[in-house]
Amino acid sequence: MSISGNWYLVVSAILFSIGAVGLLVRKSVLVMFMCIELMLNAVNLAFVTYARMLNDIAGQVVVFFVLVVAAAEVVVGLGIIVSIYRSRRGTTADDLHILHG
Amino acid sequence: MLHSLALVPGFALLGFLIVLVVGRKLGDPKAGWVGTGAILGSFVCTLLTFFGLLSRPASNRFYIENLFSWIPVGSLHVNIAFLADPLSMTMALFVTGVSTLIHLYAIGYMRRDRDFPKFFVYFNLFVFSMLVLVLADNFVLTFLGWEGVGACSYFLIAYFFEKDSAATAGKFAFIVNRIGDFGFLMAIFLIFAHTGSVTYQGADLGALGQSCASGSGGHLLHCGLSSGTLEAICLLLFLGAIGKSAQLPLSLWLADAMEGPTPVSALIHAATMVTAGVFLMARVGPLLSHAPIAQDVIASVGVLTAFVAATIGTSQNDIKKVLAYSTVSQLGYMFLGIGSGAYVAAIFLMVTHAFYKALLFLGSGSVIHAMGDEQDIKKMGALRKYMPITSFTFIIGWLAIAGVPPFSGFWSKGDVLDGAFAKSPILWAVGALTAILTAYYMGREVYLVFFGQSRWQSRANNLSQVEPGKNHDSHSEPHEPTWLMWLPLVILAFFATIAGLLNLPFTAGIGYLDRWLTPVFGTSHLAISTSGKWLLAAGDGVLAISGVVIAASLWRNVWNRPKLEPKFLQDAWGLYSVYEYLVSKPAQAIAKISNNVVETKVIDGAVNSSAGLVGWTGLKLRKLQSGYVRNYALGISIGVVLVLVYMIVRA
Repeated sequence: MSISGNWYLVVSAILFSIGAVGLLVRKSVLVMFMCIELMLNAVNLAFVTYARMLNDIAGQVVVFFVLVVAAAEVVVGLGIIVSIYRSRRGTTADDLHILHG
Repeated sequence: MLHSLALVPGFALLGFLIVLVVGRKLGDPKAGWVGTGAILGSFVCTLLTFFGLLSRPASNRFYIENLFSWIPVGSLHVNIAFLADPLSMTMALFVTGVSTLIHLYAIGYMRRDRDFPKFFVYFNLFVFSMLVLVLADNFVLTFLGWEGVGACSYFLIAYFFEKDSAATAGKFAFIVNRIGDFGFLMAIFLIFAHTGSVTYQGADLGALGQSCASGSGGHLLHCGLSSGTLEAICLLLFLGAIGKSAQLPLSLWLADAMEGPTPVSALIHAATMVTAGVFLMARVGPLLSHAPIAQDVIASVGVLTAFVAATIGTSQNDIKKVLAYSTVSQLGYMFLGIGSGAYVAAIFLMVTHAFYKALLFLGSGSVIHAMGDEQDIKKMGALRKYMPITSFTFIIGWLAIAGVPPFSGFWSKGDVLDGAFAKSPILWAVGALTAILTAYYMGREVYLVFFGQSRWQSRANNLSQVEPGKNHDSHSEPHEPTWLMWLPLVILAFFATIAGLLNLPFTAGIGYLDRWLTPVFGTSHLAISTSGKWLLAAGDGVLAISGVVIAASLWRNVWNRPKLEPKFLQDAWGLYSVYEYLVSKPAQAIAKISNNVVETKVIDGAVNSSAGLVGWTGLKLRKLQSGYVRNYALGISIGVVLVLVYMIVRA
């Protein structure tokens, strides 16, 4: 038997919400970063699901793009995090509010 | 030989370019010789063209040298093209001839000037522009020359620009001329709008005027100008002429223009440029003959200017200002001739005036030189003994301008007055009165400068306050200048004496100028009987001689007569105050309002409040930048939710 596509979408939505809430409530930059990854992958899941449901390969193609962009983003993001850690001995996002206007 | 036409302005342009590029290297006096040689070249080419034109039959005496297309825009085609016809050749001949002599004189006069080459750069550029003006075959090219001479006039009036008065006089002349240029431009627009052409159409201008009257539509040649348009064109062109030729009420700039070096006054502000207005009106003469209102206006303004300027001339103490007002007065005579339809007489007067007025100015320059840059005739006197050539030639110039027979002025002024008499005896009466004044004020100058007691003992004091850039020699007594300066005086004196031969009135056969200009102006038909002419001529002679006698009896031995020099006339009929109250004061008031109200409230207000608005907005918006990443993320989330809600609602 096959599981109906809707369940995949539900999982995707749940994952996305967890990621979004995590991004809003956590202070550690590293964790916030992981939340972003979670959101990205939730979206990927939705794309793949729709691609299967609508029988359209374009959705899967987009996923590849997202993966590539995410990988690039990880490189940059982790680099920034490491340099923040070096200068502040911690990775708390709120410590960086000296960047306010 | 007609092909040398383009070389006429070409030589002047070449001289200008050479002196411009290598003038400093050539230095003093070689740059002057190059400049003079170039103008001499122009003169020779003019002569060649003149003889080429002369060899043709009278009906076919015009030639157009089309160099290249200048402004081909839509239906407007303006060419750089030169027109040789009797009128333009007459102008070009005396312009280049007198220019050559004055250039020669200037080599001597400007000797040891700091900017000697610069002077000849401007001088050659001036002659080039003047030749473009007179030889142009269309209104637009004439306007180019018109502006060119105006610019050179400005440069040369303000030649001693370290002096405040010279700089101001230059600006004054330039601004006043703009008023006239406005009229000229509007006239060109009108002509183009109504005829679709801006060319003079060669010698067919005469035919043009006639068909204009009959009113058959189409091209300027057979144009359908309504009489109102024709009047407007002529009056607007006359406005241009008023500015350039210093007629009332725009006369004063010419008196102030005497701040320039004397050769400039002689060439630009007496012999050539200021007559451009007369030339322009003569050029459109065939149109003007069908515009009676414009003719009346021109004649009235001309005779009024002649009279007013002559009265002012009786009370001036500056040797050059007397001559300046005299120039204004003579130009008034020329316009009287134009307005009376006596075009040939006006051109005749213009040519003779170029000779004797250039002579008088150059003579005054040589006097100023000898007196160590003193220009006050009250501080001169008895110079006849020290400067025989200058005084002799100057007296010839005086007799010529006074109209004493048989000098040239008698014949030319007589012709103008005859024309005025044929138009209206009132015009003639004012003109005749002015003739007496002319003889009188010039006589006053001659007697104060060359006769009586010498009043220049205090010359050593004057030497300390001479203007910068002028040379002054260390000899204690006034003396004749170098041959460079007296030779032009002698040549000009010769022509001032005999130029009347150009157009003697006795029989039609010896009216050379009359016959020569017939293709342009048509045959002149003066409504005066021969005996009437003789009577008028005799009257002119008596008037001139009586003016000379009055001047002699009043000024030969007395140098100060305050009653004859009222302040009112010294101040030029209060015209300066009129300018001040009508133009300067309102302009200053406007400037004040602009400075105190418009500048501070409106402009500064707009700039400052827009800057303030941006600053205030920034101050409020910076609060959004908290620096907390979660705030931004929250903002994004809320935004996404809002967009989604919107899309769902829309769907």
